[in-house]
Amino acid sequence: MTPRPAAASDPGSAPFQIRGTSFTLLALKIVDPRANSFFARLAETLALAPGFYSKAPIILDLSLLTKSAPVDMVGFCANLRELGLVPVGIQGATAAWEQASTEAGLAVFPTGRATEAQSVRGRAAPLPTPKARLVTEPVRSGQQVYAADGDLIVTAAVSRGAELLAEGNIHVYGALRGRAVAGLGGDRSVRIFCRHLDADLVSIGGYYMVSEQMDPALIGKPVQIRLVEERLVFDPL
Amino acid sequence: MAKVIVVTSGKGGVGKTTTSAAIATGLAQRGHKTVIIDFDVGLRNVDLIMGCERRVVYDFINVINGDAKLSQALIKDKRVETLFILATSQTRDKDALTEDGVKRVIDELKTQFDYIVCDSPAGIERGAFLAMYFADEAVVVANPEVSSVRDADRMIGLVTSKSARAEKGEPLPQHLLLTRYDAERVEKGEMLRLEDVQEILAVPLLGVVPECPSVLQASNVGMPVILDEGSPAAKAYAAAVSRILGETVEMVIPKVAKRGLFDRLLRRSA
Repeated sequence: MTPRPAAASDPGSAPFQIRGTSFTLLALKIVDPRANSFFARLAETLALAPGFYSKAPIILDLSLLTKSAPVDMVGFCANLRELGLVPVGIQGATAAWEQASTEAGLAVFPTGRATEAQSVRGRAAPLPTPKARLVTEPVRSGQQVYAADGDLIVTAAVSRGAELLAEGNIHVYGALRGRAVAGLGGDRSVRIFCRHLDADLVSIGGYYMVSEQMDPALIGKPVQIRLVEERLVFDPL
Repeated sequence: MAKVIVVTSGKGGVGKTTTSAAIATGLAQRGHKTVIIDFDVGLRNVDLIMGCERRVVYDFINVINGDAKLSQALIKDKRVETLFILATSQTRDKDALTEDGVKRVIDELKTQFDYIVCDSPAGIERGAFLAMYFADEAVVVANPEVSSVRDADRMIGLVTSKSARAEKGEPLPQHLLLTRYDAERVEKGEMLRLEDVQEILAVPLLGVVPECPSVLQASNVGMPVILDEGSPAAKAYAAAVSRILGETVEMVIPKVAKRGLFDRLLRRSA
């Protein structure tokens, strides 16, 4: 047995604490890792919102790569890091891909499917009550408001540099100048409603658009934003 | 009951110290016992603007560290009877400020003064945080220019969420003071309009101080600009002080002076 200093066995002075916590991460779904233009195309996409992706932890979704043999994951991750992303894990991989990824130091995340097939027959499952979060004060630059359980309703203005995050819909009754990220958990059916669109970035279910791509005619107008297939659609209200 | 007013902005160079000095002097002129504290440890500007830099023996940091008594560090202004200055150290940095130390000094000042004006450093780090943390009221200084307005917005958010009052759930009134407002450049579209700034910041307006040569002249001779009576900046600051005291004063928004053709030709060629 290795001798340990006495203090370490005192439970009151443990030099660490382990706690459960949850994060929402970006997932990079890889279609063809061998494509010559893979990193160039990725860099182009990232350049559209450099602040959003800078040092962003990211999960590699390998669920489409069931037939191909793994690529050199160490090199692949190094290339991602060069673009400012921080690959932290994989999901949906085959055994061969999983091994290559684990050797490259990536964690294996369970896929959404693992939790699916659960029957609640016999007893009525309590319906989840979606709770809206209401914010009546202006959301200022640098502030972040997160509605973890449902919709986010802001009755004041949202400044540039402020960030709204919601699992559900987002409603803004003042001017929306910052970022609005709805459907944070991946729900694509949610919408963003605002009375005065001037957002830096809007996103629904992981699909986003920055202000430069928005129709200038809609700026300053009341608008609802929804996701149709993989496109954000802006409807004047 | 003593009131702690922080003058802050986020961005540097917008006129925080000028404003702190003017407001503190204005409050003192109206008979209130007032002290101005310099939180910009390491840069030390308040004593220069107040014209007492050669009278600083002990400073704010000495008091925090217990090297000097508060009475030894307070410098009495030579022009206004009820005005005192608590200068800061130029040789230390912002880490010398501790939350306990600042609280102790402010609590002691509260027993002696009506108004405590805290001149915040730029940025949102320790110095700026401690300058606003104990405030009862905030004056947010901004110039009619995008980066200054963005930083002011950030600062208002911090004061709203991180100050001692916010933590206790008590209200903390915040006011916007727009400085270096140049009506001519606003008209040309080179500067933001007052309405635009107000719409973004959404806090009550305390005043609009016009861009004015008297500000720099006053700084150079170590005099708070509010004492340069008759100058447009002094008038604007005096009105702002009245509003802090709860008086209703008509808001004067600087306008472009009407000039004749001859004037304009002269200005052009000058």
